[in-house]
Amino acid sequence: MLAIDETAAARAMIQISRVAKTYRTTDGEIPSLRPIDLSIADGEFVVVVGPSGCGKTTLLRMIAGLMPPSEGEIRVGDRIVTSPHSDVGIVFQSALLLPWRTVLANVMMPVEVKGLPREIYQPRAEALLKMAGLGGFETKHPWQLSGGMQQRVAICRALVHDPKILLMDEPFGALDAMTRERMNAELQRIQRETKKTALLITHSIPEAVFLADRIVVLSERPGAIAAIYTVDLPRPRQLDVLGMPEFVRLTTTIRAHFNAQLD
Amino acid sequence: MQRLQKMIQAPWLRPLIFLVILIALWDFAIRIFHIPPYQVPAPIDVVITLWQEWPKLMSEAVPTTVATVYGFLLSAVFGIPIAMLIAGSRTIESYVYPLLVFSQSIPKIAIAPLFVVWFGFGMTPKVLSAFLLGFFPVVVSAVQGFKSVEPDLLDLARAMEASRLQIFRMVSLPYAMPAIFSGLKVSITLAVVGAVVGEFVGSNSGIGYVLQRSIGNFELPTMFAALVILALIGVILFWILDLIERLVIPWHASQRQDVIVAA
Repeated sequence: MLAIDETAAARAMIQISRVAKTYRTTDGEIPSLRPIDLSIADGEFVVVVGPSGCGKTTLLRMIAGLMPPSEGEIRVGDRIVTSPHSDVGIVFQSALLLPWRTVLANVMMPVEVKGLPREIYQPRAEALLKMAGLGGFETKHPWQLSGGMQQRVAICRALVHDPKILLMDEPFGALDAMTRERMNAELQRIQRETKKTALLITHSIPEAVFLADRIVVLSERPGAIAAIYTVDLPRPRQLDVLGMPEFVRLTTTIRAHFNAQLD
Repeated sequence: MQRLQKMIQAPWLRPLIFLVILIALWDFAIRIFHIPPYQVPAPIDVVITLWQEWPKLMSEAVPTTVATVYGFLLSAVFGIPIAMLIAGSRTIESYVYPLLVFSQSIPKIAIAPLFVVWFGFGMTPKVLSAFLLGFFPVVVSAVQGFKSVEPDLLDLARAMEASRLQIFRMVSLPYAMPAIFSGLKVSITLAVVGAVVGEFVGSNSGIGYVLQRSIGNFELPTMFAALVILALIGVILFWILDLIERLVIPWHASQRQDVIVAA
């Protein structure tokens, strides 16, 4: 039993052990996340769903090293996360592109910040843009692009320095429903092609089921893991899985968590 | 007829048309109400004075313009770094900002004679007076600009392991640029006022001096001509700044139309 656990931990890309977060404010201590254990394997696509304020974003920011956990530790690869590190690329809810930079220059920003060799990474950035269906838009400015295109640029920027992990905090939350479905299919393809470990946070249960290998359901604040579901739908998934019985069953089961919490 | 209509619609022509209407009203009012020329001169007298005294007015405009530009440059050179410090540190903000705001309720015109006492007649008191008026709007706008950087954008840069200097150079400074420029534009018009105030209280050259002397001698056309020159100085300096803004932040929303047309 112990031996199995250890091999699993050895292969884990992200190992979250007894991680909890409490915010200190002037009104006292506000617990945001109860101690959580979670192990994410290399190449796995994990989606976290939960009600607003359940600490989903806190979890993601701790994995990125943007804030320290109050308790426990997070390992990425074999290093304990204490500060921002090069193993992750992040996509936020809004694309956060710099309007004074062209699309290509936006994607190249992490390369510039980290001082990586331009001659190696510029072709990579161009290849990423092409893969995201943005070939030919390199010299455009962000405001000349639609919301979905901007978010795809943000994904390319998160991937340009070839991190092992792609962290996404409601990346399609600001998009309309139809664009969102297309972006989900697109993201699935990008993740499969780049073989990244992905952690996505969302409010949308169908989005979670469509994209995930595993879904982590968090409870109300202070967040704790309420359930973990494995999604066995075959890949690559087309948008028509949205009508499959297995898909409907899973979304209904997950939705029940939140309805129960409302009562 | 259509061409005439098109010409009237040209944006640069509209303020000129309005100006002609105002001048006509001015002339009309003098004739109707029999306003004596020692109270308000007729527009034509002002134009004649402008014509006759042009070389002299131009030579007097030089010291005023120089004082304005120096005062303005000092405002920018001191204002922007101070704004950076205020926006960058809560401690500095809490010490400096309230006093800075408080200092603005002191009528600066009342201080101008003090500069004459300290620095004598000449350029220095004018420049200081222009600086005193132009400084505050730069600080306020720049502080607001530096503070309005989206927190997520800063986190994104931090997640890329950007240093404080990199964050400032690549994110905060360009982000604050539009606000800084709006502050600079207010500043330059106020610097003109400051320079003239400086010339009022202690100078034997400049447009402010011409104004002072012509009022004393009841030479109202000269005084009005000096006002026209003063307005011209303000407009031209403002326009130059506007041009620089277009070159520095062509990506900003207020400038974009031109960019798209150019592209």
